[in-house]
Amino acid sequence: MIIAEQKPLEEIKGLIAGAEKVLVVGCGTCVTVCFAGGEKEAGILASSLRMATKLDGNGKAVTHVTVQRQCEWEYIDPLSEQVGQADMVLSLGCGVGAQALAERFPQAVVVPGLNTSFMGLPTEQGVWEERCAACGDCILGLTGGICPIARCAKQLLNGPCGGSQDGVCEVDPETPCAWQLIYDKLKAQDRLHLILEIQPPKNWSASRDGGPRKITREDLRLAAEQSE
Amino acid sequence: MAGSRSTPLQVLAYCCHYCAYAAADLAGVLRLRYPAEAKLMELPCTGRLDLLEVLHAFEAGADGIMVAGCLEGDCHFQQGNLNARRRVERIKALLQAIGLEPDRVRMFNLSSAMGKQFAEAAAEMTEQIAGLGPSPLRRAETQSIR
Repeated sequence: MIIAEQKPLEEIKGLIAGAEKVLVVGCGTCVTVCFAGGEKEAGILASSLRMATKLDGNGKAVTHVTVQRQCEWEYIDPLSEQVGQADMVLSLGCGVGAQALAERFPQAVVVPGLNTSFMGLPTEQGVWEERCAACGDCILGLTGGICPIARCAKQLLNGPCGGSQDGVCEVDPETPCAWQLIYDKLKAQDRLHLILEIQPPKNWSASRDGGPRKITREDLRLAAEQSE
Repeated sequence: MAGSRSTPLQVLAYCCHYCAYAAADLAGVLRLRYPAEAKLMELPCTGRLDLLEVLHAFEAGADGIMVAGCLEGDCHFQQGNLNARRRVERIKALLQAIGLEPDRVRMFNLSSAMGKQFAEAAAEMTEQIAGLGPSPLRRAETQSIR
């Protein structure tokens, strides 16, 4: 899932400085699960901003609302009236959600309340770690289910590098070497032959490097939109 | 004891049912005196302490929030009071970011037999809040009215 963190309150105050009425919009999906922008966090932020701006002598009317998913038109369309009544929309959705609001409500001034970081999972309660880099050309079948694009600092396809010491990446002693993990996993499953074959340079055009991506499924499009 | 005669201090005391609230009850049975500013609210466990509810209390004009739970290691729900302690630390950090004094929230641990210590804790908390004065939010309210 998408993992994000709330921006510091001071930075958010700066973003909403020019507005009198602010609508905080939370999201009930990824950012709820990583405790950054769900209903509870939206309520906490709205209350914090009301108090902080009042203490600054510039009290603002801050309300909040949370939608199930901030990245889909059908879920954000019902916000139309509330968005129209606010001077500014403070999105607690991920970067996708914030942009969806900006795109669906072109008159609205939308600012981000979160820093969207990565795609990952909670390895334990309260700890989230990166697992997928959305490279568009998944090779997990060759690496025992461990991704060298997301988890290797150098994104090597034929690792490890010389910086791998005692199973740890030279970049950070807390970070395991992805290729050590891949080796250990494949050895345990008696599938080491998978990494004996040298992989050619990666086709990065399927990744972010190829520009903004788009996927179209003609079989799923509505007939009316297809004929456009 | 109050910061100002015209605006009595409001100190909310979130007390867990199994220890702190029982200790407060015992203080009452023993006819021990503690400040009237401390207003008790019962929780099943301090682990139930809700950060948003605490913020709303400050927003509504509370001057201080006291959180009283079981002794560490003796929580009726095992770790509720430990979770509460971490949450109180988070609330302190949030109060600081908002512009309120972090000392306006404080956690105490005691057992249900500690009626005297509850009264002392309530008195100590009220004195701590009196030292800080009424919540700056109440002053901001007064200034905006002028």
